[in-house]
This record gives sequence, structure tokens and C-alpha cells, in this order.
Amino acid sequence: MLTLHEVHAGYGRTTILHGIGITVGAGEVVTIVGANGAGKTTTLRTIAGLVRPTAGRITFEGEDIGRLPPHEVVARGITLIPEGRQLFPFMTVRDNLRMGAYTPHARDRMARTMDEVLDLFPRVREKLEQHAGSLSGGEQQMVAIARGLMSRPKLLMFDEPSLGLAPIIVKQVFDVVERIVATGVTVLIVEQNVFRTLSIADRGYVLENGEIVMTDTGATLLRDDHVRRAYLGI
Amino acid sequence: METFVQLVINGLMLGGLFAIISVGLTLIFGIIRLVNFAHGELLMVGMYLTWLGTVKLGLHPYVLAPPLVLVLFVIGVLIQRFILQPLLDARDAHVQIFATVGLSTALINLALLVFGADLYATPASGVRESITLGPFRILIGQLVMFVCGIVVVAALHLFMERTYLGRAIRATAQHRAAAQLMGVDVKRIYIVTFGIGAACVGLAAALVAPIYPASPTVGTYFVLTAFVVVVLGGMGSLHGAFIGALLIGLVDSLSAFYIAPDLKEVVIFALFILILLFRPTGLFGLGRGSE
Repeated sequence: MLTLHEVHAGYGRTTILHGIGITVGAGEVVTIVGANGAGKTTTLRTIAGLVRPTAGRITFEGEDIGRLPPHEVVARGITLIPEGRQLFPFMTVRDNLRMGAYTPHARDRMARTMDEVLDLFPRVREKLEQHAGSLSGGEQQMVAIARGLMSRPKLLMFDEPSLGLAPIIVKQVFDVVERIVATGVTVLIVEQNVFRTLSIADRGYVLENGEIVMTDTGATLLRDDHVRRAYLGI
Repeated sequence: METFVQLVINGLMLGGLFAIISVGLTLIFGIIRLVNFAHGELLMVGMYLTWLGTVKLGLHPYVLAPPLVLVLFVIGVLIQRFILQPLLDARDAHVQIFATVGLSTALINLALLVFGADLYATPASGVRESITLGPFRILIGQLVMFVCGIVVVAALHLFMERTYLGRAIRATAQHRAAAQLMGVDVKRIYIVTFGIGAACVGLAAALVAPIYPASPTVGTYFVLTAFVVVVLGGMGSLHGAFIGALLIGLVDSLSAFYIAPDLKEVVIFALFILILLFRPTGLFGLGRGSE
């Protein structure tokens, strides 16, 4: 479904990704594991079109999307739920969700999608008329995920969905991610909570200093000595 | 007392005109994050076009308003697309501001070249006739400006709240990167926004031309005041610009009578400095938390 081939990318003169290769198959849950600064967020931002690759190819469903601007990447069915929520703070939760369904494809079915998404997030339904900026961090994260689902993505990318949240909220976020996975959406997830993420992932990549150093099934990576020492603290 | 009420009426009517000019300016500032120094010169262009249409085609300025709105929208779109957008990726964000200053100078000199420094008064029947309400008088031209001011602000408000495009414009102002992730083509939003801002000025030009003669530097007077309005209302705030416009209209009218006509601008700019000193985010400003 999604293939990154020898992708280089960075900001200005700083190269972050040194030729990474990643594939995500339809229906898979894939995670990228790595330390801070390894290039996980840059990888997702490059796929989303926010960072332009300096070399390499990114293909999605057979089409080269490496040079497309972000709004055209979204239109093809790839949605990024960004790190730090990035809601529209002075808009209501309802308008934030409507913005999630901005692409023509999603707009046509917005009413139905809204119902489906709100069934998944009953707490969000209660806050529909509030300004997104007035919600708690955990509530904002739920809105951010709900907003991502509003686009009816084929591939949903999560960037650190549990970052900065209280442990009890982290558990709720993971429950939601698991329920989304259960609906069959293809997922690419970057998450500091490596243990929990590898447990739900079909496959994982280990990213160190902008290079993929290891890849295997989630279960195998969980048992790997290097992964356990470096990322699980065992 | 009667004089005072009459002055308040005059001030509010003038405020309607300031509102139309200011909402365009505040939109461009709030969404594109650009201080458009050529805003007044777009007004000037609109006023000459109104004069041309009235004198050469024999049309009433008010009839010319809809086509002018359209023409200025297109001019605004072209400016954003072909002058400002290429500078979007420039290393220094101030380059865009300098471009609008350059555009302003170029337009003023173009007007000098074509029309000279003479004043061009646009003839318009009925505009200077008045309605009498008891002891008070309202010029038709003033009333039309006031009503148009309210209609423009209300229409823009509905557009921003109720339509996909309007929501996308607000989203872009609040979080540009997130708007892109939703599928918003931010460059297109900027083009539309500049077009709308210029279109507002097109309407203002048709309304003000019968009352105030066109000259190459006519834009400066109105837009300097509009800058005060925008800062007073809170940069980027639509209803702030509306309330600010009415207040500045009142200050203009009252200070011209009670202090001195020549000093009204001194009062307005003294107010401007006070706002900057004590409430730099304006009456309805959101502060700098919005990106």
C-alpha cells in the first residue's frame, strides 16, 4: 500500500533521514520505534507532504506521492494525526471535526462519518459546542483522533498520541487506537510507549539516527535483546 | 444636545465606511499574516474606476458597486498569486511587506501619470440629499455606507462560520500546518482571502467616491484610519474591526467639532498610541496564542 524507498529528508541543510525504506501493507498495523531525534516524526511528516524528500521515492497504491503538497496527500487517503494535537483552538469541537472532513471525498459522507466517529468517542459528543482550546489535554487528543477519522483515511498515521497525557488517559488513547485498528484501517504509528505499541503492531521498524537498523514482527521485536535494552529498559 | 446627537449619527455613519475598509485589512492580516500597505491604493484605484464608470458610461456609482467588487476581487487575486505568493518561501518574511509598500508607491505614481494630481469628483444624483428625522439629518450617501458596512460584516461573518471555505480560512489562521493536514490548500486560501479583502475595498470605493474626490494619495487618509481601527479592534478580528470602526467614526466626528477639524487625526493617532501602550491586542484581540 505504502512504500518508502531510500528516502532522504530533512530541514534546511540538516538531513534527518538517510535513505530509509519502509513498507506498510493494506490492513497492517506498523510501528516505528526509535529514540528522540531518530527521525520518527520527520518520517511521518515526509509521508504527509509537510517535509519534501530530497531523494528517494514514496509510493502509495502504486502512485508516486513524494512531491505532492500536503492537501493532495490527504486527498489520496493518507491522514496524519500530528504530535501535540494541533487542534483549531478557537473553533468548536464540531467545527474541528468538520474540518477533518474537508476533502471532497470525505465531505460527501460527513454526516454519516460524524455519527460513526462520535459513537467511538461518546465523551467528544458531549463537548461538540465547546471551543477545542478549552478542553483538557486528554479530551483534545480524543478530538484530534476523531478529527483524523473524519477524513475516512485508508492509511491513518499517529504521531505520539499519548505524549504528555496522564497514565489513565494514555490507557484510554490505546483503547481507542485498538478499536480503530479493529475496524480494519491501515495504521502507521509512532509512539513513546514502545511496549504497548509493539504489542498491537503486526510489524515494527527500529529507527536510529535516521536509518532503519532492524525490522521484524511486533512480537519478535518485543523479545529482541537490543530493543528490550534500548527502548523497554529491561 | 441636538448637536451632539447629530455628531454621533454622523460618526456612526462614517464608521460604516471605515468598517468596510477595515474588515478587508484585518482579514488579510489575520489570515495571511500580512500587513497590506497597498490597501489604500486599491481604494484609490477603485475610486478612479468609479469616476471613469460614472463619467464615461453615465452610470450611478452605486450601480457600479457590484462590478467594482468583482474587478477588485480579481485584482486582489492577481496580486496575491503573482506578486506575494512567489515571495512566500522567501527567507525573510518581511519581503512581502516591502512588496506591498512597493506596490503602493507604484500605484500612486501610476495614478499621477494617468490622472495627474487633480481632484476627480464623482457626480452622483441623490447621494447628497438627506432624510430628516425630527431635528436630525442623515445624508443618503452616509446612510448607504452605514447599511453596507453592517451588511458586509454580517455577510463575512456568516461566510466564515457557515461555509466550508470560510471554516478553512479560519482554520488556516488558527493553525496553518494542521489546516494543510486536513486537506486545505493554504496557497489557495491566501489568494481567496486577499481577493475578498480587495473586494471590500472595491465596494468602499464606489460608496466613498461621490462624497470624497479621488486623487493619487486619497487612499492614505482612509487606510491610515483603518489601521487604527484594526489595531483597536484586535488584529484579525472581524467584529473587532466593526466595533472599532464605529468607535473611530465617533471619535472622528466628535473631535472634529469639539476640538478642531484639523486636529481630529491627532486625536485618532493619540488614541492609536494609547492602545498600543495599554492594550496592544486590541478590544477583541486573541493575543499571540493563535500560532
